[in-house]
Amino acid sequence: MFYREAGDFSTTYAEDQQTFPIKFDRWRYYVVLFIAIVVVPFFINDYWANSLLLPFLIYAIAAIGLNILVGYCGQVSLGTGGFMAVGAYACYKFMTGVDIWWGGELLFRLPEFNIFFSVIMGGVMTALVGVLFGLPSLRIKGFYLAVATLAAQFFLVWLFNRVSWFYNYSASGQINAPERDLLGVLITGPSTEPWATYLFCLFFTIVSAVIARNLTRGASGRKWMAIRDMDIAAEIIGVNPLRAKLTAFAVSSFFIGISGALFFAVYLGAVEVGEAFGITKSFLVLFMIIIGGLGSIFGSFAGAAFLVLLPVLLKVVGVDWLGWPTDIVAHLQLVIVGLLIIVFLIAEPHGIAQLWRVAKEKLRLWPFPH
Amino acid sequence: MTYKLGTLAVAGLMAASPVMADLVFPSLSYRTGPYAAGGIPFADGYQDYFTMLNERDGGIGGEMARVIECETGYNTEKGVECYESTKGEGSLVYQPLSTGITYQLIPKTTADGIPMHTMGYGRTSAANGEVFSHTFNYPANYWNGASGAINYLLSENGGDLNGKKIALVYHNSAYGKEPIRTLEELSKKHGFELSLVPVDHPGQEQKSQWLQIRRDRPDNVIMYGWGVMNQVAVQEAANIRFPMENFIGIWWSGSENDVLAAGAAADGYKALTFHGVGDNFPVFDDIKTHVVDTGKAAGAGDQIGTVLYNRGLYAAMLAAEAVKTAQEIHGVADITPAMMRDGMEALEITEAKMADLGLPNFGPEFNVSCENHGGAGLVGMTQWDAEAKEWSLISDFSESDMEVIQPLIDEDSTAYASENNIEVGCK
Repeated sequence: MFYREAGDFSTTYAEDQQTFPIKFDRWRYYVVLFIAIVVVPFFINDYWANSLLLPFLIYAIAAIGLNILVGYCGQVSLGTGGFMAVGAYACYKFMTGVDIWWGGELLFRLPEFNIFFSVIMGGVMTALVGVLFGLPSLRIKGFYLAVATLAAQFFLVWLFNRVSWFYNYSASGQINAPERDLLGVLITGPSTEPWATYLFCLFFTIVSAVIARNLTRGASGRKWMAIRDMDIAAEIIGVNPLRAKLTAFAVSSFFIGISGALFFAVYLGAVEVGEAFGITKSFLVLFMIIIGGLGSIFGSFAGAAFLVLLPVLLKVVGVDWLGWPTDIVAHLQLVIVGLLIIVFLIAEPHGIAQLWRVAKEKLRLWPFPH
Repeated sequence: MTYKLGTLAVAGLMAASPVMADLVFPSLSYRTGPYAAGGIPFADGYQDYFTMLNERDGGIGGEMARVIECETGYNTEKGVECYESTKGEGSLVYQPLSTGITYQLIPKTTADGIPMHTMGYGRTSAANGEVFSHTFNYPANYWNGASGAINYLLSENGGDLNGKKIALVYHNSAYGKEPIRTLEELSKKHGFELSLVPVDHPGQEQKSQWLQIRRDRPDNVIMYGWGVMNQVAVQEAANIRFPMENFIGIWWSGSENDVLAAGAAADGYKALTFHGVGDNFPVFDDIKTHVVDTGKAAGAGDQIGTVLYNRGLYAAMLAAEAVKTAQEIHGVADITPAMMRDGMEALEITEAKMADLGLPNFGPEFNVSCENHGGAGLVGMTQWDAEAKEWSLISDFSESDMEVIQPLIDEDSTAYASENNIEVGCK
């Protein structure tokens, strides 16, 4: 049936260690990529892009980022919302030209970056900030570290709300993404085409996933996992905890920053830091990786899909098809999503990714039970 | 999976209701979440007025009105989802009732050619129609409100505020920050001292802010709050025995929800407004006959006549009048969003018109033009009577200081236009 291993021989180490060692799986992956890159852009409209696919892709990047820190390196973080805000504001500043002041005088102003590089800079800046807030992880663990990252969350939101330099001194403290294009195709602003924004985000999502996958199965990923599983033992066998932890913070924050930049510039177009990057955002992304599966790239996607698409699906079913009052549906949404999370974590504490793994194992042995 | 959810949903609706051309009014409401107490009455009023028009007059100009509700929970992401899922239905005008969602929808609605009406909230500088072609914020905006409060204080103090201390307690978000610039300008002009007291979302914790107010002893406090923040502030003000008659809220801090919790202590609290209060208007008889008694009332039907219900009703009334204006201009009953925009831009509200609608003296007289999407900016003052549990209008709708406000509007909208390469001018 599916997942037949018969006739699937690896003759080199590279073949043996690839991400999808089974031919069927590999082809399925190529087909998904093909559909996502070549087919979807022709059929996508505003609704699909802005309500479903963009948030899914962007949250998937954030979930991959957080998964590296929490799932692979075991450092609990509740500061995701704040780090996404850093990405968003850094992206905004680079888009509009960073102005450096000293003693009340404008020293110089950087030229405006292209949107592509602004997003990357959003990631880079967030990586620096992430390392800074990751420093306490060298001394504290677990619950205490969670509180320290929580402090980062509140401090960063306060900072962006308080210092008007970050929002270019606008009267309201909102930041608005101006119109920017990449090679002549509009990426931000109101007149964008859905296929363009979709492909732009898809590019970052695919690249992030590939980088994350290869980091986590390489030496650095193994160091992170060693730290996660037993930090003392890891130190004894020669893993430098300082470097391992800080690289995890840097890489994780880099992805989260990129997702924050895309979230602001491409998806929403205008954000208010307290509303868009509050503590709820941190929890949302954390739930995504817990439901999806800690320490799994596929889990990041599955969790993001679960928490982004399910509420919309419930809304469409409840309001548009059944015609129920909107407030009832909104309350039911909370109840159903909450229940599903609880049931899910009782039935499968390791998340959707583990469910998928088990299903694959069973399929490989099919039709034999053991 | 090339099915489109939107189309499926439309198909579902079509199957459910007989196909007809109608006037679609999306209601991006929030009946859940931290601000639901304010969202519910507004959404009820908005829907009930259209229901009444359908029942009583067979719609507007012979076309039935259809209200599509979509729940945002005051959340910007859900707001985007709601906008995208309803814009294809021929939606005529958006009223998100959230400054955050407004900021997001200003560029989107402009690009899609759908007008948006942000009545007394949103981006104040949208009053400049030469820059913001599809955004309207008549009859009054935040800056009119700030100036109205100061004018009221001037009239109370014999026209002189020199040396007075005024504190602004505001929701620490785009909405709450809006009036700061205006108040700073006004403080220069009138010589009062302004202190800023931010309150973070959602605003349940204000001990330190009110301690500061108690220490500084300002003569007056002006508040820009929303949701639970208001009632907490009123309660805290009562706790420090701040004289309520010196405490003025913006219209979003002036509903029953905000004062009932504090009981008798809230007596004398004031709030600005741009429309009438209470249910002593002929239109409410029609609403009772055609909507409540026929069992078609929106929500629980227990909000009729409250301040925010009246505001929702007023918003619906202005939208319906704009539709009538558009129908006259274009000679078509089933208008498009583009025609709706023209109707809004040519809207004229007179006392005679309001009396005709069963809403005598319900709001200020104003007219909209291409240059001015904000109307005349007339604001009135209401006061809470804790004994009778009702708000009453204690001043006429009067002018605000456009001398100060207009330059600020011009400055902010010009900056927006240059940032976004918008061609300024009237088409």
